[in-house]
This record gives sequence, C-alpha cells and structure tokens, in this order.
Amino acid sequence: MAGMSNASSTIIEMRQVYKRFGPLEVLRGIDLSLAKGRTTVVIGESGTGKSVLIKHMIGLIRPDAGEIHIDGQRVDPLHEKQWVPIRQRFGYLFQMGALFDSLTAGENIAFPLKEHTGLSDAEIHDIVARKLDLVGLDGVQNKWPSELSGGQRKRVALARAIAMDPDIILYDEPTTGLDPIRSDTINDLIIKLKDELAVTSIVVTHDMTSAFKVADRILMLNQGQFIADGTADDFRNTRDPRVRAFVTGDADLNIIEESATPPTRGESS
Amino acid sequence: MAAEITMNGPIARLGRLTLERLDAMGDISVFALRTFSHCLRATVHKRDLERLIPQFHSIGTLSVPVIMVTGLFVGMVLAIQAIEQFRAAGLENRMGVIVSLSVVRELGPVLAGIMLAGRVGGALTAELGTMRVTEQIDALRSMGSDPIRVLVVPRFLACLLLTPVLTLYCNLVGVLGGWLISVPIFNVSNWAYWTYTELAVETWDIASGLFKSVFFGATIGMISCYKGFNCGQGAQGVGKACTESFVAGFVVILILDFFIALLLKGAYEAIWGFKMIF
Ligand SMILES: Nc1ncnc2c1ncn2[C@@H]1O[C@H](COP(=O)(O)OP(=O)(O)OP(=O)(O)O)[C@@H](O)[C@H]1O
Ligand SMILES: [Mg+2]
Repeated sequence: MAGMSNASSTIIEMRQVYKRFGPLEVLRGIDLSLAKGRTTVVIGESGTGKSVLIKHMIGLIRPDAGEIHIDGQRVDPLHEKQWVPIRQRFGYLFQMGALFDSLTAGENIAFPLKEHTGLSDAEIHDIVARKLDLVGLDGVQNKWPSELSGGQRKRVALARAIAMDPDIILYDEPTTGLDPIRSDTINDLIIKLKDELAVTSIVVTHDMTSAFKVADRILMLNQGQFIADGTADDFRNTRDPRVRAFVTGDADLNIIEESATPPTRGESS
Repeated sequence: MAAEITMNGPIARLGRLTLERLDAMGDISVFALRTFSHCLRATVHKRDLERLIPQFHSIGTLSVPVIMVTGLFVGMVLAIQAIEQFRAAGLENRMGVIVSLSVVRELGPVLAGIMLAGRVGGALTAELGTMRVTEQIDALRSMGSDPIRVLVVPRFLACLLLTPVLTLYCNLVGVLGGWLISVPIFNVSNWAYWTYTELAVETWDIASGLFKSVFFGATIGMISCYKGFNCGQGAQGVGKACTESFVAGFVVILILDFFIALLLKGAYEAIWGFKMIF
C-alpha cells in the first residue's frame, strides 16, 4: 500500500525521445510518463529497442533529441559525474547479467556497497546473504560467475541490482532463462519490493505470464514507438492484431514483420 | 549526382580518413586526460591503492619470465654476431662494451616494451574489451562508479611503474647473456668483459634506457585500455581490438624511441659533448 498515496506523481518522464544508431532508427519520438511506486512492463519483439529505451533512463545511452526528466530534474544533458547521485537511486538488471568476471558472486553483490557506503565487512556480508536469499539463491557467495548456470547468474545480477536498496529498478528480462518456479520467485520479489518498499519498477520482458502477474501497466514498443498502453486486462482483451499476436504468442497472427507491405489476400490456404 | 561522385573521390576519402583519425586522436586524448586526473587522486584513496595490487601481479610478476628470456637471447645473439668481427679487429676484450651499451640503451627497453605490448597490452585489451562487450563497463557506470577510475587507472599505473623495472631485469639478463657467449664459450677474459663494461656504461646510459621505458609503459597502458574500452561488438570486435592494440603499441614504441633517442642525444651532447666508446 505504501506507494499508492503518491502513485499519481511522476518519477520518470520522456518527451519526444529519438535515438538512432547509424542508419537504424531505434526510438522514434517516445513520450512516456511513469508513476512513482508502480510497476510498468514493456513488451515488444526482439530488437525493437526495449533495452535501448531503459538504458536512456539511467543515462547509459544519450538521446539524439528529446528530454528525459527524473523526479522533475532534466537529466539528458547531464555529465557523467552529475549522473552519479542519480544512478545511485537506480538498480539495473542487465539482460545478460553483466556480472564482473573477476569477482566472485558475493563480491559482485558487495561491489556497490563497498564503493558507495562506509559499511563494515561484516555488515556487507550480511546484506549480501540477505539479497541472495531474496532471489532464492544461497551459498553461492564464493563461486565465480563462470561456475554459475545462466539462471543463477541472472539472479546474482538481480541481487546486485537491489544491493543498494534502490527506489527505481530497471529489470531487463528478469525471468528469461529461468524455470517457471524460479520465474515466479522473481515475480513475487518484484511485487514484494513494490508493496513493501514502494519501489518503482520498469520490467522489460517477453514472458507474458510474468507481465500479467507483476504489471500495473503494460506498454508495447514497436518500431520505435508505443503502440499499446494499458492494464493487463486491456492486453488480454485487445483487438489490435499486432498486440494479440504478441500476447498469445501466435505466429500466424503476427503480421508485424510484414507490416511494411500489406498482407496479400490471394494466398491459397 | 556530380556531388556524389566528388564526395567519393580520392581526395574526399583522404579528407574523411584524416578527420576520422583526428577524431580518434581527440578521443584518446580525452581518455588520457581523464586517466591522468584520476591517477593523481588514486594515490590518496585506500581502495584505489588496493586495486593496484592484483594488477602489479598480473602485469609485473607474471611478465618476469618472458622478459628474462627476451633479455637473455638478445644478449646472446648480440655477442654471437659481434664476436668474430671484434676478434678480427683484436677488440675481443671490449665485447662487454658493445653488448652492454646496446642492451642498456636501446635493445633492452625497446624489446622489453614490445614484449610487454604483446603480453600485457594484448591481455588488457582482451580483458577490457570482453568487459565492454558483456556490458560489465556499463554495469559499473550504472552503479555510479567511474570505469576509468576502477579499471583503467590501476592498469595504467601498473604499466607505467613496472615497465622500467622489467626493463631493468631485461638489461641485466641481456648483459649476462652476452657474458655467457663471450666468456665461457669464446674465451674472452672475464676480467676484461666486466672491466670494460664498467668503464663504458655510465649511469646516463642506464637512466636514458629506463627513461624511455617509462614512456613505453605509459604507451602500452594507455593504448591497450583505450582499445579495450572502444572495442566493437562480439568476439570478433575483441579480437580486432587486440590486434590493433598490439600493432599500435608496437609502432608508437618505435616512433617514440626514435624521438626520445634524438632528444637524449641532444641533451647528452649539450652537457658532456660527444662520447667515444673505444
Ligand atoms: N550500442 C549500440 N550500437 C549500435 N546499435 C545498437 C546499440 N545498442 C542497440 N543497438 C541496436 O538497436 C536495436 C535495438 O536493440 P535492443 O537491445 O534495445 O533490442 P531489444 O528490444 O532489447 O531486443 P531483445 O528483446 O532481443 O533484447 C538493435 O537492432 C540493436 O542492434
Ligand atoms: Mg534487450
């Protein structure tokens, strides 16, 4: 309940954000306003720019045009140094985990704590154990990232992302590569962080079960723009064929790839 | 149409290439300046100093064997090449002079530098390039840490500080290599080898070699970290960055060597005048 009282206030806002890489236009005029303490899920087909979108929110990628505001402060023109205090409010789960190979799992989670807090080794040790417990892993502190399975790596990365108790968490495909039970642990964690700590979450996912479970709001990104915005129920009952195809995972309905050329009618079926 | 053709002409291409190169020069200058400014600060913070230790190990300690082998064979091959000529001229007592001066002034620093450009530079570029490709560098940024401070500064400082030390090892073993060929094998007098060496090799010679090696170390550290940080996508990008890092390191070391030698020669002659070896 905690976050609900200020749910109306905006925490992240993007206005007419454009981004291209060479000839490839990835974001084409994104307008977005995210409420504090809510969980927003971003879906969209592979390669459509979901990761690029959330990297803009934490300043890892700068927009070519447009504005980004965090808690009312305009952040897109800021220098790397000025981003530091803002980034400390964020947790970012990278799509591939991005664990430091040269550190053990425990040291990975301890890294931001050692860098930015004056906590003692014992306190850090406790926090690391607690965060690992939250993601359903234990006793992997001394393992190297290369010794962990893909799903374990992802969960260690998630533990690292929440190590500093951030108030905004960006999850890039938190449940990909996890078995259904583990996925649900992560879903529960996202919900728990929202309910107990009023965390604002942005979740990029392909996993519709997870999306429906955690989302207060779902956005669908397609060819650099949002083509759908609504609650989980809106998405379940949508008529838009592009959205339906994605939600139900039905390739026959999927005309997204061919949308540049109208579907031909005369095909024999 | 006409404009398009001119834009692809050789002069336009040259212009574009020049601009790209200048751009890259600007990039690496900014990178270097940021590194230097952090280096100064690194000496005060305990955590920054702690990060130096593992780099000292991997860049310094682990390079010792390869540097020793390089030095040994350089000294030996110099002696083998020189001994017949020197003997014919009746100068075999001066074998130590030619070996030691060549090694200490020139071959030790340059070959140690080149060995390190391969061993250390390649490894650093591969490590940082992999970190970039797997988004570990972005992960550092996302946690509010400066990747230059965390990753580049300790590696750069280790290269800068340890290349002269490794060069010293290389020099020492090089002189021993020359001795090994001259004295036990070609029966040059042991006494003569060391006496003439001592007479000919001045502190200046050793110091000028080490002076160069500081720059070689800085070159290796800076280029390899820069190439790693700016590496392209995938395993291919990492491989390409490693090659570029080694080649650029190698070429810059040779060019720097020439200009520093010129500078030092000018300085020496201004202070002491022309030096006769024999
Ligand atoms: N740094 C970059 N340089 C060049 N192109 C990039 C860069 N980052 C992303 N892209 C391109 O932008 C497009 C969108 O990439 P992005 O990673 O955001 O996709 P995504 O929606 O997250 O896909 P997935 O679901 O597969 O993760 C891709 O075509 C990608 O190649
Ligand atoms: Mg992605």
